[in-house]
Amino acid sequence: MNIIEFTLLVWVWSLLAGFVGSLTGLGGGIIITPVLALALGVDIRYAIGASLVSVIATSSGAAAAYVREGFSNIRIGMFLEIATTLGAVGGAFLAARISTGAISIIFGVVLLYSAYASSRPRHERVGDCRPNPLATRLKMNGSYPTPEGPKGYCPQAVPTGFSLMFGAGILSGLLGIGSGAVKVIAMDQAMGLPFKVSTTTSNFMIGVTAAASAGVYLSRGFIDPGLAMPVMLGVVAGSLMGARVLAHAKTRWLRLVFGLVITIMAIEMIYHGLTGRL
Amino acid sequence: MAMQTRTWTEQNVEELIGTLLRVGVTLAAAVVLFGGAVYLVRHGLAAPQYHVFVGEPTDLRTIPGIVKEVLAFRGRGLIQLGLLLLIATPLARVAFSVVAFATLRDRLYVLVTLIVLAVLVYSLTGGHL
Repeated sequence: MNIIEFTLLVWVWSLLAGFVGSLTGLGGGIIITPVLALALGVDIRYAIGASLVSVIATSSGAAAAYVREGFSNIRIGMFLEIATTLGAVGGAFLAARISTGAISIIFGVVLLYSAYASSRPRHERVGDCRPNPLATRLKMNGSYPTPEGPKGYCPQAVPTGFSLMFGAGILSGLLGIGSGAVKVIAMDQAMGLPFKVSTTTSNFMIGVTAAASAGVYLSRGFIDPGLAMPVMLGVVAGSLMGARVLAHAKTRWLRLVFGLVITIMAIEMIYHGLTGRL
Repeated sequence: MAMQTRTWTEQNVEELIGTLLRVGVTLAAAVVLFGGAVYLVRHGLAAPQYHVFVGEPTDLRTIPGIVKEVLAFRGRGLIQLGLLLLIATPLARVAFSVVAFATLRDRLYVLVTLIVLAVLVYSLTGGHL
């Protein structure tokens, strides 16, 4: 196989990963890394570097659309980005120090959890909204558009959300993923944000978080242009396609099938990590 | 920016951020695609080496190194420039937010945003502990 064939192969896989990532809401980054590592035998550090780049691209592209609709809360996002970027830089340093087997195991566990979390129905918190003093001081209270007009919300438990975000940042830097699942727990479960707001704000933050670790990856020589090129272009094209299908088709069956594939992939990552084959 | 003389509303800021992100990603993707074409035309028939991790050469790791590669019109350097533009997009967004919060006279968030910007710059300039 020469470079042209390899690049095409990576591009096709990335297109597929971006598509599945967008349909399942997991994001293309978390899917392309195991594919590169398991199916194409790429060293996991190169795979993570390439995936990180695609995460920045998809998140920034999606955030551009969401910001305009007025769902994301820029102040909450910016404040929590202190935690995620610091975590991400820490995670990126950690990635250079621990073994690829350990990275692979952690990756598998996080992938399993994310697949589980994304398949569960989310419950919107309803009822009263008492402004939290700290959140009020940080000007985090806001409102978002609903069919019945703008609806207000008041974030709670800011320190808990902040700590969880630090954890999300570490995972993002260590595994080259957006860690949307952890960000969403922090925002919709701990801080009690409406999920349209937490999902879009999380998306808005992912690009900045990934950029924080990408700098470290780049200077460590983990980002290979020849690999990152087809991965980035493929994942972006795939997620655009996914978003389009999501808007039109009934995707329950597709999501179920993909959920199963992702679970198998996660188990394989853990297995390969344990047996030292990655 | 032509809007600076008028007072900014949060809506304006959000719309500008949206445009900034879109332009950044599109530009980065175009440069990566172009660099990729140059790279494949020149090296497409060689064998790929990704099974073994060796790390990238120094010229593809630092901003001055990448600039040098781009000036020499090397495919891999051009791709790396595109990736650098991509990484710079969220950074530009954060830098822009500093200015936006300053015009909104929100000192607390100018500070918050500056902290985030500092972490990003630290990471991009090599991140030495």
